[in-house]
Amino acid sequence: MTTTTQQPLITNVTGGVGDSPMRPDGAQKTRGEFAYSSDLWADDMLWGATLRSPHPYARVKGLDITEALKLPGVHAVLTHEDVPDNIYGLEHPDQPVLAVDIVRYQGEPVAIVAADHPETARRAADRIVVDYEVLTPVTDAEAAMRPDAPVLHPAHEGGNIVRHAPIRFGEENPVADVVVTGEYTVGMQDQAFLGPESGLAVPAEDGGVDLYIATQWLHADQRQLTKALAMPEDKVRLHLAGVGGAFGAREDLSMQVHACLLALHTRKPVKIVYGREESFFGHVHRHPALMRYEHGATRDGDLVYVKAEIILDGGAYASTTAAVTGNAATLGAGPYRVPNVRIDGYGVYTNNPPCGAMRGFGAVQACFAYESQMDKLAAALDMDPVDLRIRNAAERGTVMPTGQVIDSPAPVAELLELVRAKPLPAIPTGPRDLRELPGGVSNTTHGEGVVRGVGYGVGIKNVGFSEGFDDYSTARVRLEVIAGEPVVSVHTAAAEVGQGLVTLKAQIARTELGVQRVQIQPSNTFVGSAGSSSASRQSYVTGGAVRAACEEVRAGVLELAAARGFAATGLAGGKVVSATNEVLADLVDVLGDEVVERTVEWRHRPTAPLDPVTGQGFAHVQYAFAAHRAVVDVDVELGLVRVVELACAQDVGRAMNPDAVLGQIQGGSAQGLGLAVMEEIQVVDGVVRNPSFTDYLIPTVLDMPPMTIDVLERADPHAPYGLRGVGEPPTLSSTPAIAAAIRAATGLALSRVPVRPEHIVGA
Amino acid sequence: MDFLRPSTLDEALAMKAEFPDAVPIAGGTDVMVELNFDVRRPPALLDLGLVTELSGWTRENGHVRLGATVPYTRIVTELGDVLPGLAMAARTVGSPQIRNRGTVGGNLGSASPAGDAHPPLVAVGADIEVASTRGSRTVPAREFFTAPKKSALEPDELIVAIQVPEAAGPQQFAKVGTRNAMVIAVCSFAVTLDVAGKGVGTGIGSAGPTPLRALEAERFAAAELPWGSGEPLQENIVRAFGELVGAAARPIDDVRGTAAYRRHALSVLARRTLGWAWRSVPQEVAK
Repeated sequence: MTTTTQQPLITNVTGGVGDSPMRPDGAQKTRGEFAYSSDLWADDMLWGATLRSPHPYARVKGLDITEALKLPGVHAVLTHEDVPDNIYGLEHPDQPVLAVDIVRYQGEPVAIVAADHPETARRAADRIVVDYEVLTPVTDAEAAMRPDAPVLHPAHEGGNIVRHAPIRFGEENPVADVVVTGEYTVGMQDQAFLGPESGLAVPAEDGGVDLYIATQWLHADQRQLTKALAMPEDKVRLHLAGVGGAFGAREDLSMQVHACLLALHTRKPVKIVYGREESFFGHVHRHPALMRYEHGATRDGDLVYVKAEIILDGGAYASTTAAVTGNAATLGAGPYRVPNVRIDGYGVYTNNPPCGAMRGFGAVQACFAYESQMDKLAAALDMDPVDLRIRNAAERGTVMPTGQVIDSPAPVAELLELVRAKPLPAIPTGPRDLRELPGGVSNTTHGEGVVRGVGYGVGIKNVGFSEGFDDYSTARVRLEVIAGEPVVSVHTAAAEVGQGLVTLKAQIARTELGVQRVQIQPSNTFVGSAGSSSASRQSYVTGGAVRAACEEVRAGVLELAAARGFAATGLAGGKVVSATNEVLADLVDVLGDEVVERTVEWRHRPTAPLDPVTGQGFAHVQYAFAAHRAVVDVDVELGLVRVVELACAQDVGRAMNPDAVLGQIQGGSAQGLGLAVMEEIQVVDGVVRNPSFTDYLIPTVLDMPPMTIDVLERADPHAPYGLRGVGEPPTLSSTPAIAAAIRAATGLALSRVPVRPEHIVGA
Repeated sequence: MDFLRPSTLDEALAMKAEFPDAVPIAGGTDVMVELNFDVRRPPALLDLGLVTELSGWTRENGHVRLGATVPYTRIVTELGDVLPGLAMAARTVGSPQIRNRGTVGGNLGSASPAGDAHPPLVAVGADIEVASTRGSRTVPAREFFTAPKKSALEPDELIVAIQVPEAAGPQQFAKVGTRNAMVIAVCSFAVTLDVAGKGVGTGIGSAGPTPLRALEAERFAAAELPWGSGEPLQENIVRAFGELVGAAARPIDDVRGTAAYRRHALSVLARRTLGWAWRSVPQEVAK
């Protein structure tokens, strides 16, 4: 011991885990000053444009780029012949970078152009002559499964079925007192992020390329790029650019390979920015679903069995259809104790727009069906729908239909009780503000025809990548003295897509190392993979990696302290402290000129693949739950809906950043509201009819009501800090809760979302 | 693309005569969308933003002469008393930002059947004042629209002003959209009452190739309303009025809604708006 006087420990570090520090991008975004990927700029850069197929299914018989090349200002026109390795795919390589002899969806890229002005690039693309032999598209997913359907991917085994995920649990032919059946459909929802696909590819002197890109997973992009470009990993470097929302739509590649090809070909920086219409063709959407359910229960309301067939239209290419199908099947009975389950999930190829990841990922579609069934069952049993749910609610120890035991808190019943206990909003009397009424400012009712309804929903979502995926993240943490102050630097490749991960990484570093100043390094491929910013997983996995790296750094500092004679056991408030929190020395003095840096690859506990015949297995690392109560006013004569209030209760294990948790619940609930009453890409014969924000409507502030939110913190003993993924569960249950409320107001069956006015008025 | 910036109306008309393919632009809320979506590539834009003759309004002889480039926000805040129907329609246009930029002149120039300003102009019998270097003329709003996105405007003409009769009684406007704000009409309806003249005007939006008038409904209501009695409306009159309005529509199925729904919704809107209008007939006039 070299200290002679004992200092009191003043823990003056703020903004740690459990606080809600300001996010660094918040003020910039509010002021319109944040640099998104569409704002990237390089001197002397070219602009890329993409020629896309107007047909959902056609043979490409000829491609003539002569006239495009003649246009002054054009630097390159590339086709499939210019792509070193033309097949890519996020999970399942089946998609050409540029179409070869066939196009399988409307909007499939056929050729790319680089020119000195974006308008020149678009005009050049228009000059490319493509000779199409138009084929009859396969647009009905159920018909596509039949043996006589045209096979869209001859190399794929199993015809047009991308994946069949069967779940066999309990008895094969159970008998129940009361049986209800239903057929439910979910329309094609879009992620509708505001920042379109965009990026800048810069050719490097070493023959490689640097891509500045808005994405969800830099290393997955890099893996696919190195293959398509036939270049080694160290020559394809990715840097995260400002991401304007993701919600799953940036998991698959869009313009990444195209921009790199053009940059490498022209030796100039190439920027590609999709317009809004092109964006609708530039990313995958939520799978439309057709779901047939049968629920059996005892007279007392105990679930006896669930049988379901879930058909998900994957569109022209596989994308993440297999995993989405696995989710829909394994979670298809909902957050309930069901002794006998038989589910068949199918993900199918068609010539519709490709579908893949979107917030909720297969669990959203199933939740609409099983919650609609629970309401129908309650009606058949003459039971209160919330009582029926609570009676059958899953809890810790419940065995899921996969045989997996829920081994952490599952307060499903408590969540339902919480939303039910909220006082109902009063039914106003007297003159009403138009903004409170269905139709809003459009002045369609002053109260005439307006009927109130209340509905409930609860959902279950897996957190993290499932079914045996090696799901890990990498964090590099460095501690050093800069200008007389201890400073932590955190470097990961994790994508900040708006969820607040940049803030959270700093919070974790402050808490673990007791240091106020934390610098978050830009995300890029100069550090190992962080995995995807999806599946509600980054707080868990990258959060876990940052904590683990901080722990190693702390151990390194304590070794230094020991070498200097301090029997220190921890770091707090910029000091090294003893086991009894006595201050032993300033961290600055212990570190001196030393830099302590550690890089950790961190994994959650492994999951296992599902048995391909029975669907049994420890498939999911964590389950997350949310419940909603929706109160709606429906103008039953016009079919217009105003959601009056949404109450949500969610278990988040640990609220790492309480403000961010509330933001996720608000946003997720709004996205579920959109699916319930307005958001749908309308596809007819494989052709998208509404690729614009004029006709693809997303909720405005007058559509999304105030929320009351209860956040439970029931720690998951397996997860860092006990946290539970937050982002997706509220997207699941708001949709069925709103649909149920509209049913309650109208008395209609309403087996499809989005509910459109004509469904309500029957016109 | 050339960008022409006249600073007087004469200059604007001269430019339009010289470059009849130039697309006039005021707020740009329609034109810029079309350019961005590559729907059209005009050789030139004719920016009317500096032409002060177009940007104000005056009251003269029982009309408001509304300059073509007066934005919707000003109509809402300055003309709600004299042109209540148009002001109500203006209130439903887009977002506050769009209402700050968008103009009735632009709405007419686009001539979309879904234009929010059209039904109240048709209902009240407004006149569109158009001009060219050849002179000026007025076109009744009820004859201005010839086909979807087509109007009686000649290539060398500009819309200068809209002469809107001041309200002679209650006016109403309602619009159905599948969102509670910022939505294009699935269908819309305007009704005006001329209390002293015992007249009824109607305008139907987004349910036909052009904005429409429900003539039969107007005649029926003018004849059947209990003018001057101060009595409430009979349910059978309201219902028949709604049916006549629905029957006057010529809707199609499209991405925003079905023809059947539009007809149905128009009947509902007609019933409701007539009821609201009738209830606000000033008592001293009614008695």
